[in-house]
Amino acid sequence: MNPIFPIESLSDERRALGLGVAVVIGIGFGFVLERAGFGRAQKLVGQFYGSDMTVLKVMFTAIVTAMLGTVILSGVGLLDIDTVQFNFPTYLWPMILGGLVLGAGFVVSGYCPGTSVVATASGKLDGLATVGGVVVGGLIYAELEPAMGAFPNSGKLGTFTIPEWLGLPAPVVAALVVAMAIGAFLLGEMVERRVNRQAVPAPVPVARRWVFVALVALAVVAVLTLALPTGTQAGQP
Amino acid sequence: MQRNPDKFWNPYLAGVALGLVLLVTFLIMGNGLGASGASYRLGVAAVNALAPGHVQAVPAMSSVVEERWALDDWLVFEVLGVVVGGVLGAWTSGRLKREVLKGPTFGTGGRIAFAIAGGVLMGFAAKLTRGCTSGQALSGGALLSVGSWAFMFSVFAGGYAVAYFVRRQWR
Repeated sequence: MNPIFPIESLSDERRALGLGVAVVIGIGFGFVLERAGFGRAQKLVGQFYGSDMTVLKVMFTAIVTAMLGTVILSGVGLLDIDTVQFNFPTYLWPMILGGLVLGAGFVVSGYCPGTSVVATASGKLDGLATVGGVVVGGLIYAELEPAMGAFPNSGKLGTFTIPEWLGLPAPVVAALVVAMAIGAFLLGEMVERRVNRQAVPAPVPVARRWVFVALVALAVVAVLTLALPTGTQAGQP
Repeated sequence: MQRNPDKFWNPYLAGVALGLVLLVTFLIMGNGLGASGASYRLGVAAVNALAPGHVQAVPAMSSVVEERWALDDWLVFEVLGVVVGGVLGAWTSGRLKREVLKGPTFGTGGRIAFAIAGGVLMGFAAKLTRGCTSGQALSGGALLSVGSWAFMFSVFAGGYAVAYFVRRQWR
């Protein structure tokens, strides 16, 4: 299956429809971020003080969910994952250095670029100030880019995935990522209890158990797709 | 309807919901979610309105206006949706309120200055990394891109390194 609205290659009428779909997707994105608590700076930066690990939990669960979806759909031959991965080439050095700077900006402002939009939408003026900063920062980059020479394109590895790097099938890597995520969640909850000085752990919500069970079950399904003869294996050359 | 501004979704369920939005985006649009790219285009559109000649002279700006108007882009429409979704979420949960989020002992002016400064750092960095927490860490991370994962760990490292020095704004 190919994407329904690959926006770069659409005729004008289809493009208008595709842009409408983009708005609908954005509404879902914004609503979920807001309900997760990502419109509130304290909830976001709690991650960096150990008091609130919501960022870790939401981000990592989302990554793992979408990862399992793409790996399974690709494993049963329903999705050509290469066409999507093509949009995410690796430029290692600028990504590492830029990541450090972005992380610093995150704790200084209290938001990341996307959540600052959600904060603005919910009336937070510090969110609006962050959005303004992001706009200005991008323009500063554009002005300075010529002076940075080859650095922005350094460490170029093209479309390079963890399965390719490790030489393992994508479903196996996916299963390892699920295990790592659940380990990180349990560790994060432990840190939360320590920092907030909770002697008795709060009761574990039923939702958490079911999400963990579902993720592990889907990881098993992903690995089982390896037995299928028709898979377009994610990340395999 | 129950409206408790301090009540949020269970983070793991919120994560599943976010992951499904992302998966649908992959399947329908053939691309991931994003945010910083739209902010950048807003800036370029503003510069283009004031000084179109300058936009043509700067490669990173002229490439954005090559084919269409800077704001005629799917990411801009997606972020318009994020605004609508954010308003809906905040309104239905009792969190829609004009305020500055900060610690009780920290000044409003200082907090806004921090917000702008952090925003500038992120706007700059997100261009260097070809995407922010949404476009790179979340979307590229789910696709198991090596660069996206390196970026994600760097974001956490950068955050933890600086957190101690800006903690006063939350006190």
